[in-house]
Amino acid sequence: MSDYLTESGSAASRVGLVETQYAEFDVLPLDSGLELAPLKIAYETYGSLNDDRSNAILLLHALSGDAHAAGYHEGDDRPGWWDIMVGPGKAFDTDRYFLVCSNVIGGCRGTTGPASLDPKTGQRYGMRFPVVTVPDMVRAQKLLVDHLGIPRLLAVAGGSMGGMQALEWVTAYPEMVDSCISIATTHRHSPQQIALNEVGRQAILRDPNWCGGDYYDRTAPDAGLAVARMIGHITYLSDGSMHEKFGRRLRNKEVYGFDFTMDFEVESYLKHQGEVFTQRFDANTYLYITKALDYFDLANGHGTLVEAFRELPAETRFLVIAFSSDWLYPPYQSKEIVRAIKGNGLDCTYLEIRSDFGHDAFLLEAQQQTHLITHFLEVTGHRRGVGW
Amino acid sequence: MRRPGRDLRELLANPEQGRPAEDLPSRIARDPAGIRYDHHFIVDTIEEGSRVLDLGCGRGVLLKLLVDRKNVRGTGVEISEEKVYEAVGKGLSVYHGDIDEGLSYYPDGMFDYVILSQTLQEARATALVMCEALRVAKHLVVSFPNFGHWRARSQLLLRGRAPVTPALPYQWYETPNIHSLTIADFRLFIASLGMKAERSFYIGRRGPVGFWPNLTAEHGIYVLTRDSVK
Repeated sequence: MSDYLTESGSAASRVGLVETQYAEFDVLPLDSGLELAPLKIAYETYGSLNDDRSNAILLLHALSGDAHAAGYHEGDDRPGWWDIMVGPGKAFDTDRYFLVCSNVIGGCRGTTGPASLDPKTGQRYGMRFPVVTVPDMVRAQKLLVDHLGIPRLLAVAGGSMGGMQALEWVTAYPEMVDSCISIATTHRHSPQQIALNEVGRQAILRDPNWCGGDYYDRTAPDAGLAVARMIGHITYLSDGSMHEKFGRRLRNKEVYGFDFTMDFEVESYLKHQGEVFTQRFDANTYLYITKALDYFDLANGHGTLVEAFRELPAETRFLVIAFSSDWLYPPYQSKEIVRAIKGNGLDCTYLEIRSDFGHDAFLLEAQQQTHLITHFLEVTGHRRGVGW
Repeated sequence: MRRPGRDLRELLANPEQGRPAEDLPSRIARDPAGIRYDHHFIVDTIEEGSRVLDLGCGRGVLLKLLVDRKNVRGTGVEISEEKVYEAVGKGLSVYHGDIDEGLSYYPDGMFDYVILSQTLQEARATALVMCEALRVAKHLVVSFPNFGHWRARSQLLLRGRAPVTPALPYQWYETPNIHSLTIADFRLFIASLGMKAERSFYIGRRGPVGFWPNLTAEHGIYVLTRDSVK
C-alpha cells in the first residue's frame, strides 16, 4: 500500500537551489476599467516542460505567499512555501510535471504592486496603484503562461486565495485548463471573512506612519501591519491547535505579572509573527490583496455559482479539499463549490480532511494531500495522454 | 509539536483499526472468481458506458469493477474519510459526505444508475433518498441484508434474541443498520413509493437463490424504476 506514499522532506526529494525569474508585459486591463502598464511578473519554475508541452501545472499562492513555492534561494535556510508538496516524488512531482508559480499583481515579492515605481510620476505607486481583483491576478498569470509557450495547463492548484485563483482560472479559461485543485478556499468571502479583513486593514490605515500610503521613504506602518498579521494568524490556527501549541503556558515567568507586558506564550508567538511579517511584507499590498479577496465572487459575470461552471468542457476534473478545523474557510464553503460543479455533471472529488491545524493545514498536512493530489493528477494525466 | 496529521499509511494498512472486532462488514457469498455475487449481478445489469452514482461507495470496489468492466462514468459518495482515500487510490472520484445530505444539486436524469449497495439500511431519510435517486437517474439498484432469512427468524423465534448472522453480523448495540427490513417489507415499500422492480436477485449462504427468497436469501438486490402506471 505504501508504494504511492512518499515521505516529504527527505534529502532525496528536494528541488534544490532555485532563482526567481521575471517577465515584463506592456499592459494589463483591469476589472476596475483602469489598466496596469507596464507590468513585471516574478515567477519560478520547477521540473521541465515535456515535448508536447502537456505537463504544465500552475501553482497559485495565498495572501502572504510568493513565487517561491519550492526549493531554496541561495543563502536561505527555509524552503519555499509549498516545498512539502513540490519536488521529485512529491504530490507535484517535478520528475513528471513542469510547475510554474508567480507572485500575484499588487504583490510585494517581485511582481508589480503598490511599492513599484509608477512610470508616469517616477514615484512609488502607493495608493495610486489601481485596485486589483482575483480575476485581474489570473489575467496577469495568463500573460505569463502564454509567454512561457504553454498552450494548456494540466492543472491549476492552490490553497486559500490560491484556491480562488484556481477556480477563477478554470472558469475564465475553460479551454486551457484540464483540472483544478482547490484547497481550503471559498467561492466568495462571507461577511465574517470580510469583517476579519477589514479589521486588519483598519489596523494599517489607522497607523500614523501609514501617511496615506506614502511611507516608502520614511518609517513604514509596521505596527498596523503587525496587528493585521496577528489577526490573520489567529484565523489560520484553530482552537485545538492553539491549545496544543500554547495552552495557557506563561512566557518566561512562573506567576502572572499583574501588568500589561507579556504574560502568555500565545501572546509572545503572535507578537513574533507580527514582527517577522513586517520584514517581508508591504502594508499597502496587504490592503490591496485583502480587498481583492473581499471582492471575489465566482458567480460574478455568470449569474449564479452553478452557471459559473456551465461552459466548462465535460472532461474538466476537480479536486476540492477542506479541513475539519478550518474556521476561516469552513468546509461548508467548499461543499457549495463541489455541489455547483457536480450539478453540471463535472467530475469532482471532495474530501474534508480531519485535522487540528485549522486553515494552515493546507501548508502542513502533507501526507493526506499528497495521496489525493498524486492520484488525481495521475488520472488527469492519463486521460490527457500526457507522457513523462 | 507533534507531526501533522495521522499516519495515513497505518490507516490504509489497517483500515479497521479502532473499530470493535465484531464490526465486520456483512458477509456476502462470492462467485468462483472471488467477486461478490451482488457485485457480479450489478456489473451484469449495468450497460456499457452508463453514468453511475454509487451512494455509500465504501472503498470503491464495486465502482472500480464497473469502471474496468463496463467503462462507466462513475462517481461515489462515502462518509468515511479513510475509505475515500482508498477509493481515490483506485483512481475514482468520490464525494466525502453523508448520503442524507441529499442529491438536490443534481438536475433530473443526470445519471443512468444510482446504486445503494448495502447502504439503504444505514440511511436516515430512506424514502427521500430513494425518490431522489429515481429523480436523478432512470434506474436505482438497491441491495440490503434480509431480516427475514430463516437463520434470523429462528434466532428470534427459538432463542428470543435479536439476530446475529453472517449477513447481519452486529449486536443490537453496535449495529450501523438503523433499519431492519425483510424482502417482503421492501416489496411493499417500493410499491408505496410508486416504483417497480425491473429485475431482482437473491443471494443465500453459498450463492444465488430463487425459491422463497424472503426465507432463503441473506441479501436481496433490486433494480428499480419509476412505475409509469402510478
